[in-house]
Amino acid sequence: METGTAPIRPADRTAALALGDDALVLAQRLGEWAGHGPVLEEEVALANIALDLLGQARHLLSLVGNEDELAYLREEREFRNCQLVEQPNGDFAHTIARQLYFSTYQELLHNRLARTGTPFAPLSAKAVKEIAYHRDHAEHWTLRLGDGTPESRERMQRATDALWRYTGELFEPVGELPVDWTELNDSWLASVTSVLERATLTVPEGPRRGAWTAGAGREGLHTEPFGRMLAEMQHLHRSHPGASW
Amino acid sequence: MVTTTPAGRTPVEEELRRLAGSVPDPELPVVTLEELGVLRDVRMPAPGRVEVELTPTYTGCPAIEAMSSDIERVLHDHGIPDVEVRTVLSPAWSTDAISAEGRRKLEEHGVAPPRPGGSRGPVPVGLSVRCPHCGSTDTELLSRFSSTACKALRRCVSCREPFDHFKEL
Repeated sequence: METGTAPIRPADRTAALALGDDALVLAQRLGEWAGHGPVLEEEVALANIALDLLGQARHLLSLVGNEDELAYLREEREFRNCQLVEQPNGDFAHTIARQLYFSTYQELLHNRLARTGTPFAPLSAKAVKEIAYHRDHAEHWTLRLGDGTPESRERMQRATDALWRYTGELFEPVGELPVDWTELNDSWLASVTSVLERATLTVPEGPRRGAWTAGAGREGLHTEPFGRMLAEMQHLHRSHPGASW
Repeated sequence: MVTTTPAGRTPVEEELRRLAGSVPDPELPVVTLEELGVLRDVRMPAPGRVEVELTPTYTGCPAIEAMSSDIERVLHDHGIPDVEVRTVLSPAWSTDAISAEGRRKLEEHGVAPPRPGGSRGPVPVGLSVRCPHCGSTDTELLSRFSSTACKALRRCVSCREPFDHFKEL
């Protein structure tokens, strides 16, 4: 992977860690579907999305330091990902709701970053084209499950509601990224509302942040399932330092 | 004074580019890196040293490492001791960078080539995807992601054969 030799500003370092950790953690979660997907095609689709995200993560973490050390040797509180991406896969509807919320956010964000003079612009210009497919995938499944059988609709609504409280954090300013976060939030809400309405689902009315910790992922405060995910992700590297295939 | 080509490369650099570009894609060996449009530049800043710029199709494409080592090997075999392959992201690769010959080879290999206008993303562009087996345009999407991130899985309604479609990016 290319390594950033030019030092980056502390504010850009903060942003690279936040965006890189988002991509890394969601890639790990999606990878957990391998061997458990509802159909083979979906297993392959989720693994492919995970691979795109892993590519983003490697690039972003390489701007900060050694990608392997950052991924495998940091403790839970040193991760700066939002809490949405660390939420467990749940049933397939939960995974799709998480994908819808996150890919919509990521597409809007990288679309804007691609037009900035920040060190993120080249990656954003590339990633946004891939993310468009992730969002497309999530939208189609949301429509199919929401406007499907009573069972699929109920599950999709449950998932949409359950993850709603993690969506407020996405619009907290990250580093000094030149993004209008209020406008980003408005665009996100309009886009997600449109998909949910077409899927005959009810747009959740609850708060977009939960109890005292929800929304603090960017400060290193994570939800309980994150520690277990990290243990699985880091175990091999920590038990066998320097191991290779 | 060294003569240069319109691209600003010396004849030796053109020859090195031809060598690097003839390396087959590790996952779709019917097309070369030149045909895939991922080889950005080949320069020889000093005798015995060559710098190559390569761009990935997808950000997470695992084939990029195999491509780099294949290029290094080919250039080493042609007497260049010092080869550096760098990955560049900008400008972002698009399926529009695949050459006409590359598209023809993909189709011949059973992979429906991408439709033009890839930079506009996954929104259907109006043109239907043609079955690479029987040529029918009556085909349907089975999955947006197939054996690799760059392909979608489709099925031909006429001959019933499933096939990969190199999707527009």
